Parts: sequence; C-alpha cells; structure tokens
Amino acid sequence: MTGSAMDALSVLDRPNSYIGKTVPRPNLDRLLQGRGQYVSDLELPRMAHVVFLRSPHAHARIVSIDADAARRMPGVVAVVSGRELETVITPWVGVLSHMKGLKSAPQRAIAVGRVCWQGEAVAAVVATSRAAAEDAAEQIAVDYEQLDAVTDMRTALDPSTPIIHASLGDNLAFERALHAGDVDLALSGSDAVVEAEFLFGRHTGVTLEPRAVVADWNAAEARLTIYQGTQAPHMVQNIAALHLGLKETQVRVVCKDVGGSFGIKVHIYADEMATYALSKLLRRPIKFVADRVESFNTDIHARDHRCKGRIGVKQDGTITAFEIDDLTGIGPYSMYPRTSAVEANQVVNLVGGPYLTQNYRARARVVFQNKNVMCQYRAVGHPIACSVTEGLVDLAAAKIGMDPVEIRRRNLIADDAYPCTSPSGMKFERLSHHASLTKLLQMMDYEGLRAEQAALRGTKVHRGIGIASFIEITNPSAAFYGVGGAKISSQDGVAVRLDAQGSVICQTSITEQGQGSESLTAQIVGSVLGVSMDRVRVILGDTDNTPYGGGTWASRGAGIGGEAALQAAKVLRANILDVAAAILQSTPAGLDIAGNSVVDAIDGTPRIELSELARIVYFRPDTLPPGIRPELMATRHFVPRQYPFAFTNGVQASWLEIDTETGFIKLLKHWVVEDCGTIINPQLVDEQIRGGVVQGLGAALFEKCIYDERGQLTNANMADYLVPMSGEMPDIEIGHVVSPTLESELGAKGAGEAGTAGAAAAVANAVNDALRPFGVIITEIPLTPQVILTALGRI
Amino acid sequence: MKAAAFAYARATSVVNALELLAAHGDKAKVLSGGQSLMPAMNLRLLSPDLLVDIGGLAELQGVAVKGGTLVIGALTRHVDLLRSAEVALHAPLLREAAAHIAHPAIRNRGTLGGSLAHADPASELPACIAVLDATIVVRAPSGERRIAATEFFKGIYETALLPQELLVAVEMPARGKGSAFFFQEYARRHGDYAIAGLAARATIDDGRFSDLRLGFFAVGDRPLLAAAASKLTNVSVTPTVLADAAATLVDELDPQGDQQASPAMRRHLAQVLLRRCVAALLARPDLETGAAQ
Repeated sequence: MTGSAMDALSVLDRPNSYIGKTVPRPNLDRLLQGRGQYVSDLELPRMAHVVFLRSPHAHARIVSIDADAARRMPGVVAVVSGRELETVITPWVGVLSHMKGLKSAPQRAIAVGRVCWQGEAVAAVVATSRAAAEDAAEQIAVDYEQLDAVTDMRTALDPSTPIIHASLGDNLAFERALHAGDVDLALSGSDAVVEAEFLFGRHTGVTLEPRAVVADWNAAEARLTIYQGTQAPHMVQNIAALHLGLKETQVRVVCKDVGGSFGIKVHIYADEMATYALSKLLRRPIKFVADRVESFNTDIHARDHRCKGRIGVKQDGTITAFEIDDLTGIGPYSMYPRTSAVEANQVVNLVGGPYLTQNYRARARVVFQNKNVMCQYRAVGHPIACSVTEGLVDLAAAKIGMDPVEIRRRNLIADDAYPCTSPSGMKFERLSHHASLTKLLQMMDYEGLRAEQAALRGTKVHRGIGIASFIEITNPSAAFYGVGGAKISSQDGVAVRLDAQGSVICQTSITEQGQGSESLTAQIVGSVLGVSMDRVRVILGDTDNTPYGGGTWASRGAGIGGEAALQAAKVLRANILDVAAAILQSTPAGLDIAGNSVVDAIDGTPRIELSELARIVYFRPDTLPPGIRPELMATRHFVPRQYPFAFTNGVQASWLEIDTETGFIKLLKHWVVEDCGTIINPQLVDEQIRGGVVQGLGAALFEKCIYDERGQLTNANMADYLVPMSGEMPDIEIGHVVSPTLESELGAKGAGEAGTAGAAAAVANAVNDALRPFGVIITEIPLTPQVILTALGRI
Repeated sequence: MKAAAFAYARATSVVNALELLAAHGDKAKVLSGGQSLMPAMNLRLLSPDLLVDIGGLAELQGVAVKGGTLVIGALTRHVDLLRSAEVALHAPLLREAAAHIAHPAIRNRGTLGGSLAHADPASELPACIAVLDATIVVRAPSGERRIAATEFFKGIYETALLPQELLVAVEMPARGKGSAFFFQEYARRHGDYAIAGLAARATIDDGRFSDLRLGFFAVGDRPLLAAAASKLTNVSVTPTVLADAAATLVDELDPQGDQQASPAMRRHLAQVLLRRCVAALLARPDLETGAAQ
C-alpha cells in the first residue's frame, strides 16, 4: 500500500464517490447519436482502398501471377505482389523466448512463392474504391500448383504427413510438459479413475466492426500515421516501426472507437502490415477494411483443441489427481507478436486450478496445419481448462455417486488458505471459491431446482443442472509477454491535469472497445479528485497524446490502468491542496476537495471553487505567495510487481432442457457469481460478464469454423457460422463476492473474461446431467442437435 | 463484398417490367424485396447485367378476397402476412409461417412472390402454398397463365417460371370452416433456415382426418406434399397407424445433408414432426409420446 492512511481510505469512502456506482458511460451519447469515430468510416484526402486477392487453396505453390489486365481496370492505382512489398517491409517470426522451444517460420505481409492457408493474401489491389479494387482483383490470373494440405491435427506429427515448413524439421510448433506431485501414486491409490477426451470446436470472435486500418505515410514528414481499430496502440507502433525500418517516433497510432475486439484485434495481421507498407510504397493514405468473408478467413481462430483428461477420486469425494494431454492445431504460423502457443500454455496452467490436489501431470502439443492462424481470443485457454476440469469433476462425482456440488465443496481450495500456489506454479493471492459457490446455490435455489428436475423426469421432460467453478487470469505483469522479449508494455500510465476553468483532462494508455475504459477512468479520477464526472474528459487511443502503455486486453484495463488513474489523481489532488492552502492561508491537511470545490476538511464548508483556484494559478500567479510553484498536472504509471497475475475466481450454473427427440437444447437460465475484487461500475462489470457468458454459450451450442479435409473453410458467412443470438439466450443472473487485490490501492481485478471462461463448461455439465437417465456422456462442443441425437442413438 | 457493376431499371408497370425482361432475357434479374438477391450479388455469386426493380408496382400489392378465393399480390411482404386481417382469417397458416421467416428487418422487405420465385427448399412459404392448394399467377408478354403450386417448384432454386415471366399473384381457396392448421420447424436459431419443417392443413371429423395435407420443407430439393398423409386419412389413428405413416414418409424423403443436419437426421426429424403434428391436430398427446419410445 502506498499513501497515507487517510488517502487510502478516501479513495473508496469519500462522499460522492463514483466507485461502486452505476453511472452512465460518458461516451454513450456520442455512440448512440452516430458520432463514434470508427476507422471503417474514416476518409482522408487522396485515400485509396486495398483489396487482397486471397488464396483459394489451403496449400499451394504460386507459379505465376498475371496482373496486366487488372492494372488496366478503371480506378486501379497499383497491383502489388509479395515480392514487390518485400522491399518495404521485413518478414516476422511469431515466437517468444519464454515459450521454450516454440518455433515458427518467417511470415510475410503478402505471400511469396507459396500460400499456406485458404485466405492468405497473394496480391494487393489498390484502387479508388473498394468496389473498383474488387472488380480488378477478379482479373488477376494466378497459376497455383496445389500441394498436400495438413489439416488434421491428430496426424500432423506423423512421419507420413508433409512438413509445412521444411526449415523447421517437423510440424510441432510447441510442446510443454509438467508434472507436479506424484500422479501415478495418487491414481493408484484412488477408488476410481475416470477419463474422457474433450473436443472443442474451432471458432472466432466475430466483431461487429471488422478489422479496419487506414495507413497514411507522409513523405514530407517521414512519418506514418496508422488509424487502426486495435487493443494495443503502442504495440502496433513498435511493430510497424520495426518492420518498416522506422523509428518509433516516426509512427503514430490513433485508435478511437472500435466496434468490438474480444482479443481478435490484439494481434498484428499480415494484411494490416501490408497496408502500412503499401502506404509507404505508394505515398498516399491506404484503407483496408476486412469484409465479412475475409474476417472469417483471416481473423484469428481459437479453441480448436482435443484434450484427453483423467481424474482420480476417492469414495469420500477427495480428488487425488488431474492429468491431461492436450493437442491443438494453430494454422501454418505462430501469430505475431503474442504467439499461438499461449492458449495451450494456459490450458496447462489452469487445469485443476480451483482444487486442492497438488498431483497434476500435463502435456500440451501445438502443431502446424494449413488452416487459418489460431491465437488468443477472449478468455484464452480458460474455457478449455475449465471444461476439462469441471467435466472431469462431474464424471468423478457421478462415478462415486456424489452430488456435483458436494464434490466441489470437498475439494475447492478453502477461502482462508491464501496465499497459495497451484501445482502449475500459479500464485493465488486471495480467492473465494466457497463463498461464491454458497452464494450461487442461494441465487439458483439449487435444492428447489433438483426437486423440479426430478418431478419433470416423470413427465419425460429432461432438464439438467451444470456447475462450473473457474479461475481467471487478470492484470498480467511482464510475466505474460515482456519476459519473453515482446515489446508489449505491461504497465500503463495516466496523466491528469486541472485546466483553467477547473475541468480535468485525463490521458490514459488503456483503450476503449466498448468495455467502459473511458467510464471507469472518469469515475476513478472524479472520485479521487472530488470532481464531478462531467468535468472529467478522458483521452485515449493515440500514441502521440497518451502515456506509454499496454492497452486493453487480458482483463487489465481497470486493474492496471485504473490504478494508474487513481495514483495520478491522488498526486494532482495533493498538488491542488498545496496551492489551495497557500491561497487560503490554511494547511493541506485542513482542506479537502468535494463537489468541484476546495472545502474545509472537518466541516465541509466550501472555501474556494476549483475554477477560481485554476484562474488564479493560470492567470494571476503574481498573486500567489512567493515560492509557490503550482503543478496542476500529474502522471503516474502502474504495473503489478508482487504477483505475475491477479487471479480471480467464480462459479457458473446452467439450467437447461433437452428435447431428446429433436436434440435441441433450450437454455432456461444461467447464473454467475464472480469475484473481481473492487467493483468500479457494477453495471459495466455485469454486462461484461453477460457478454462473456454469451460468447461462452456460443461456443457451447453454436459456433464452429467448419473446415473440410482439403483445408477449405466451408461456413465463412453469417448464415452458416452461427453466432449466439438473443432469442436463444437465457436470462443471466449475476452475483458478486468481493476480495480486493492488495497489490493496488484500488483493489480491482479484471472482469472481462470470467463469463467466457466457465459458460460452456456449465452447459456441458448440464447436458450430461439432463441425459443421465439415458446413460449418455458427451464431451464435445458445440453441442449441436446432430451431436445430441447421435449420442442418444436416435440417428 | 461489393456487387459487380449492374444496370438498374425501375419498372413503371407490369407491362414495362415484362418488356425489360423480354429485352434482356436471363441477363436480367427481378428485384423484389432483395433479401436473397442482394447478398448473392454482394458475394458475386450472381452478377446480373440488369436489375428490374418491381418494388414500386402498386398492381402487385395487396391482399383481397374475391368470391371464394384469397388473392395475395406478389409484392406482399412477410410482415404484411403477419398483419393482414384477410390472411389471418382465410390462410392463418401463412401468418404462422411468416413468424418463422428470418428477422423483422428481413420480414419488412422480403416478399411472398420473391420467396416463391427464389424457391429455396428450406423456406417456409413454398410448402405452405402447396398445402393450401394455391395457384401461382404468372404473366408473360403473351398473357397470363396459372400454375398449381404443386407443379411450380422444380428443384433447388428452380421453378416453372420462364425468364420472360413475372410472378404476379398467388390465389388460394379461402379457408372453409373446419380446417385445422399446424406449423412447426426446427432451426438452429430462431430465424435461421429450417433443418426440417412441416406445414399442414387438416379437416377433422369425429376425431379422424377426413382430409390431411402435409407439406414438408427443408427435407428435399422442393416442398414435399407427403403421400404418407393418405395413411392417416379416414382411419382411427393408433400408434401403429402412425408408425406405418412414418415409415411411408421416410420412403418418400430424399433429404440432402449439410452442416446442420445429415440426411439421416432430417429423416428422423421429419418423423418427429409428423408425430407431433398428428398428435397436436387430433389433440392426442399419447400419439406423440407413445410413438417416441
């Protein structure tokens, strides 16, 4: 803890504090009135549009490209091949040094000589409009020689399978093994050992606004301005500069409103790199906005895992060990710069995490294949780890005839056992599994639902209850990327200043993609300063005009950026009180700020309005006592140092009904109890959780990128790729347990991914609970009617 | 996802539309509600030289009862089927079906004529008009002809409509007293294309079907007026009778497989629909659950 005791109390307990209150987002009117600043809408003078001609083959040699006819089409500015673009931008390799053994091959902005997935760009067509560029792209003749495609992750490592990148020697990108405790001894001493293979469909984020970038190379300034819908502006700045041979000062990244990100926009894509390079090459602004088909074919995919799991259990319910063997296929390259090993690595880190047993063995293998690249999407690895863990716990409970709640009560880490460390080395500062479970059972009336379920079974109505406890990684320190050599900041900075009319300008390095970064920053700054929120203006998303920092991803905005805002506001407050004390011939300790005025600390009597104080400071400093040098701007940065991650925890429950004749599942209700520490804005937290749950339910029931055996994505459109829609969603009730992190004064942990982490696991457990009378176990998502009917032997 | 360049003509009358179609043949496409045509053009699956927009033609609009016939103009939008008092009274099946068509934004634009001319085997309205014994009125420069709904659909996106013809209206007998209707479909999400669906019209006397028309959709290349219905007509329906009808139905079906359902699953769902339909129409829940075991 930092600061005086009074300050520590004041942040959360000040009168008129916005912390813990649902207040409207400051950006709401702007967005609702259609005045959002989305890159998709941006027009610049002389701007041209790029369309990428993309490979129809999963794996092929490019024999020749004939673009003569395309170049003669109306409106065409240029047709550029990978070879030509290589003169402007260098290739990259998506590896990190702390992922030991992770390998990948050099990837280029546009393919040179060979394409490795259906959708990889082979040429760029730049024209005066997107339509003209699409017309011209149709005129390009590419001669391909098809190569064998590696599509099945299960055979990717077979000696008979072609090696995608010969220089790598095999198709294994990454492997990690872990053994803690003594799993063999534990399993041999168990009363029952249950195993299953869990299958997870490949899916993707489907942002409302596709990826969009406008790159504007100003040759006169030798400076590139990138307008991009990204979660990490400084990361984009670093990487664009690195591969274009520029200094970071020559690159400015501007990121205003973003139409959804979900981790999809935290990476650097080849077509974005190509757009930067094309602007430099052609010396004019170039715009790329992915269309929906391109989004499906090139936005990162995630989750495509097959994970074998084993659990040992004693008759009294004691879980003795967890064991997993996870396999995932990531496409032909490891994504840049965060790598595609992270999801599998997280699975290893997180399996068994809520539970007491210290016996844990894991292996994860990550293989290359000729499909679109996989990487991090909301709740990276968590849904897999949670589904495997919670699926195994339910199987164990069923095996020994114990209620799913009871086995969890007996095995979840006790709420007073912290701090402690998981078998995979994860450090838990303070979690609340038992309090959360107790609250959940109350909210859902567990006993009542069980009675209802039993009664309905008599009428051939099959309902199920599924429970899933989970842990979530938030507020990552440098342990995530920095230690591996990635230039991705784990700290964030906030600058706060008091302007001449007493209003507050706040520049923050976290970004806003709809989760409420702007709101939470204003709430914190307003509360700490004693200023009303309408006086606080938050500026984000501009590398020229904000402190340096990481951005918004990995549930870090509130916990890290929020703490920086708190600390900066505290300094500014102290500075204001110093000046006020001089003006009022008082002492800083005798004064406070409340309601936009400096007030008497004891009785709250207004002494001087902030606008008046600012007037004196900026326009009549001559009237201040000698020696007073007001500093009405303060900057602070924050990064967690004590714990690599601020783990959160929670538990979800699903209540659903299965039509066993049609295989259709009706979600009746969903509950979440979550502990993200200090809650800054309850509505934003709850809506984040609900949105996350919906994405998890999409994975559970609907979403899957369906590839054929030739590596063709066969459902790259919104009619065939089924995103969850409101009509199928249940009411989602949310409760909280609050265990603030002591690493920061704010005490906030992340809340952005909790919903996604456990939703599918709860649904899968509920489905198996509903199907128990049929003796059927399903460990595959999405749980489509076809899957259900097949398992039931109806078809 | 930008359509290739095309010419656009806003037809001023049906005669004018027919002239344009005659002049351009199969290089022209009729634009009605555009809810299937425009996405196909944006995906460049279709690149017509000319769009003939019939959207402003008042003569193609409106729902009316003439004698014992319900006449529905080709430009009647799905939302109009939901709201029309005449449809509610004389063809409630259409209203029930329309509620399953996509989402409000699409129902506000999509038209009955467009849906029938498009002939997507998974769409609701073709099966309904087959069940309702409707006649499709088409006009060519040479004059008008009437095609029975059961003769109109020829395959996936294929109809009896010639390139120079325009679908102008649908006629059907106004509902006689005593008809009962059933509509149900299975779709992954509300508003999605059905995996399997059934529209049915029945006349029930004394707990028996004296007439039964079963129009299955999404289980073949066109709506199927199931012959299995004859097994259920003028008999006392028992689980055995129903099982026999279901077996007949399976023999009639030739469903395609796709990402949502295999042919076997579609056959299975068609039988479930049959049982649920019969159980609902006869108000005999025992038939549904009894047959399921």
